[in-house]
Amino acid sequence: MYARWVLTALLAWPAVAAAAILIAPPRWAKHLGFAASLIEFAISVPLWWTFVPSGGMQFVCDAPWIQVPLFETGAPWSIRYSVGVDGISLFMVLLTTLLVPLSVLGSYSYITTRERAYYALLLVLTSGMIGVFVALDLFLFYVMWEVMLIPMYFIIGVWGGENRLYAAIKFFIYTMFGSLLMLVAILVLVYLVGQRTGVFSFDYFHLMRNLGGLGPLAFWLFAAFFLAFAIKVPMFPFHTWLPDAHVEAPTAGSVILAGILLKMGTYGFLRFAMPFFPAVALAPPVATGVVVLSLVGILYGGLVAMVQPDFKKLIAYSSVAHLGFVMLGIWALTLQSVQGALLVMINHGISTGALFFLVGMIYERRHSRLIAAYGGIARVVPLFAAILTFVSLSSIGLPGTNGFVGEFLVLVGAFRTHPVAAGIAATGVIVAAAYLLWALQRVIFNPLDKPENEKLLDLTPRELAVLLPLVACIVWIGVYPKPILDRMEPAARQFIESVRPPGPTATALAP
Amino acid sequence: MILDLSSSRDLLLALLPELVLTGWSLVLLLVVAWRHRTVGDLRLTGWVTLAALGSTAAAVWWLWWHTARAAPGPVPVMVAVDDFRFVTDWLFLGAAALTVLLSFDYLEREELLVPEYHVLIVFATLGMMLMGGGEDLMVIFLGLELLSVAVYVLAGINRQSASGAEAAFKYFLLGAFASGFLLYGIALVYGATGTTGLRAIGAQIGAGGGAMLAIGLALLLIGFGFKIAAVPFHTWAPDVYDGSPTPVTAYMASGVKAAAFAALFRVLGEAFPAVAAWHQIVWWLAVATMVVGNLIALAQRTVKRMLAYSSVAHAGYLLVAVAAGPEPGSAAFLFYLVAYTLMTLGAFALLAAKGRHGERDVLIDDLAGLATRHPWLAFALAVCMLSLLGFPGTAGFIGKWYILAAATSAGQGVLATVLVLTSVISAGYYLPVIMAMYMKPEPFAEAHVGMRLGRLGYAVVMVSVAGLLFFGVRPNRLLDLAHTGGVGVQPAPGVPPAAPAVTAAHARTAR
Repeated sequence: MYARWVLTALLAWPAVAAAAILIAPPRWAKHLGFAASLIEFAISVPLWWTFVPSGGMQFVCDAPWIQVPLFETGAPWSIRYSVGVDGISLFMVLLTTLLVPLSVLGSYSYITTRERAYYALLLVLTSGMIGVFVALDLFLFYVMWEVMLIPMYFIIGVWGGENRLYAAIKFFIYTMFGSLLMLVAILVLVYLVGQRTGVFSFDYFHLMRNLGGLGPLAFWLFAAFFLAFAIKVPMFPFHTWLPDAHVEAPTAGSVILAGILLKMGTYGFLRFAMPFFPAVALAPPVATGVVVLSLVGILYGGLVAMVQPDFKKLIAYSSVAHLGFVMLGIWALTLQSVQGALLVMINHGISTGALFFLVGMIYERRHSRLIAAYGGIARVVPLFAAILTFVSLSSIGLPGTNGFVGEFLVLVGAFRTHPVAAGIAATGVIVAAAYLLWALQRVIFNPLDKPENEKLLDLTPRELAVLLPLVACIVWIGVYPKPILDRMEPAARQFIESVRPPGPTATALAP
Repeated sequence: MILDLSSSRDLLLALLPELVLTGWSLVLLLVVAWRHRTVGDLRLTGWVTLAALGSTAAAVWWLWWHTARAAPGPVPVMVAVDDFRFVTDWLFLGAAALTVLLSFDYLEREELLVPEYHVLIVFATLGMMLMGGGEDLMVIFLGLELLSVAVYVLAGINRQSASGAEAAFKYFLLGAFASGFLLYGIALVYGATGTTGLRAIGAQIGAGGGAMLAIGLALLLIGFGFKIAAVPFHTWAPDVYDGSPTPVTAYMASGVKAAAFAALFRVLGEAFPAVAAWHQIVWWLAVATMVVGNLIALAQRTVKRMLAYSSVAHAGYLLVAVAAGPEPGSAAFLFYLVAYTLMTLGAFALLAAKGRHGERDVLIDDLAGLATRHPWLAFALAVCMLSLLGFPGTAGFIGKWYILAAATSAGQGVLATVLVLTSVISAGYYLPVIMAMYMKPEPFAEAHVGMRLGRLGYAVVMVSVAGLLFFGVRPNRLLDLAHTGGVGVQPAPGVPPAAPAVTAAHARTAR
């Protein structure tokens, strides 16, 4: 019962709750939103225990959706409502359901206008995000991928900062550009596979089984998928939408953008782009290109972050660097590096989410995101300073925090296949230490020289309630990541096998 | 039910819908002759028109229910008896009915006491039905003229308005020009083949044709190109759409264009399936129309002109369906037309409500803050815009998706790519409407005071929005209907289908 319906419930519940919020009185909106997102979290928590690591795709629910009687080919094109979770998507779903209630709680005082619409959109966004991670039908995946654009577009555009209109439309058009090309690629894929097998289906496994031998077309199909996901990640030359969107979005928007939306790109690589076109993805020019772009992302993101006067922008660029690690881990294609990449995806959601929350909290007090506007506030707001320091250290990757585990695994794994790249990436950790510690120094240490900062209030209980779960996760993953790694290992192994069929090199590389 | 068209009883049965509508139009003329003085008379003719359209739709339904087909016989068929005709008939009748509903308020508000307005709509609809069902070039031409003459008058029905007169005059001159091309093309085709029956032409041509036929076909394409406002024959469209009364614009953008496309499908699919030349021409027309229409729409400031250019762009999308060939294309075309009719009528209905005297002048920025003042109207307009953009969750997406699927399965990958890229451009002018409504503040307190939508106008908007959302999620029935309708367009048995091989070869060279 639970196994069959849980994913559908996770998809449907936020949408239903959003409708309820829209018709309820405005002053209840935030409480209803919080309650609804907590229920969503409660629904998802048993996944953690009922999930069987070696069980492959689980909690599957499958039903016919659209039958398209199509053309001379005779057979109809079948689109199914098909959802499921494996060791890769499980954590993305849990991360989503964890971050959403915190985002709602973190918006309590920040959002003062049109509250009903805001919380309703946040919940619709939740549905879309879950949908992206659980969809096993490419049509459903595409629909969810696009649907989640709209709430985010509104969240940035309506409740964002001064330059919000520009940021919103840039975010929208960048994403749409990539994803529409992906749509064409999906259609071509379905058509080619259908011609060969006689079954025109958008089903993920059907496509996986029958792909191969596409010839030169495979490169273009891969390119279309690559573009869509690379824009979302964002990889180095496609990242320019990210700083704008992050900076202009309200706090919760930034948290969800960084925490979850970016992961959709890397998830797309793990689930679709690489398993579909392993030959292209691992062809030397492509693989080298991706690794180089990841390294550029790591170093460039870090260096640009260092010179940002705006704290929020600094974190935004640090995301580019972190996601570079993920991409490197995926393409290094060893068990450790893939697990590390998955872990960095989770960690980045937690740590960067917490950082965005912290910046948002101080912004609410002082209405400035500029690093230069602060200084020495550790004496005024010790609790804030302590948590900010701790979270920054985790983002840098201090041993004992979650950041260390993920990046370490990526580096160890990548070292086996790409030693030079791993060496260069390791310097990215140093750059991260530089920009975050320097920013910390300027914000919370240094002399307290601005009179406006002398009367700042420390964190309220509500804000603590937002941050402490994240801090707990940081410690937990940093100290004892085994339960997570255990759950993702079979899926990571399977990913590697699907990309690189077991042969002498693979067995030598993957322990 | 097989109708033997050589017996007059069966012939009358086959023409039942047209006859019913003709009878009603005569009744309407009589009504108008006696009652043409007050607003009450105007309403009366309106309701009679709705009754006429409704009963005609019922007649079409009766034929469809009995799956009426013409018996194969020696008598050349002038009007097709197939599902393509029935489905397009419903579409035309539906568009006309929605236009009439929309006109009640509009005519009263603009003080246009012209009951003949409704008579003209009925005549135009009759012409459309002949175009959709015409199995002979002469019938198609007659239908086209009946339609055009009525619409020339409708465009200039507001005699007080200079721009209306300009629109009518422009439309008349260029329309007459286009009719000339068409007629000359028909004459040349007749000269080359000795017949005007579509299937007979197809059988005559066999595998190829002479220069006269090629020129005739080119002239036919030019004539139709004018009517559907394909680039480079589109220059009349923005001025005419802009200057005509808004309900008439909606009718032109949906119904008139649909009729021209339906006839184009029949002509190309039944008479010229074996001629390769038109694929190349339509391919270029589609690309030019999509690119130019979208780019110029981007530069528009007023909503009505933006919608006019966007309708040019949508003609380009429909041309992609034409280029995909009649077999996959006609089903996609039918579905897209339904979606397009709904979204255009919805958008124009809302525009008519916003503009008091002279909705030409409504700038996109004039919609600023509409969401706070009229949340439901803003929501409806947002849905229409997203559907025009082809966003998942709306019928516009399914329609675009269907066209893309048709294009890819016909080997037109490049055309599909151009379609999605130009769709990205279109985000640049649909989104600002949403942005203005939701993300910009009201310019001054009484900005939207005059905005009023009558009860019937509301009904139109509700029907279109509900239809767009419903068919966006559950399009199965409509897809089936479109498919069965699309099957109707087929070359006469025995004609070699040269088209697919040609398109594939063409796609290869284009790539």
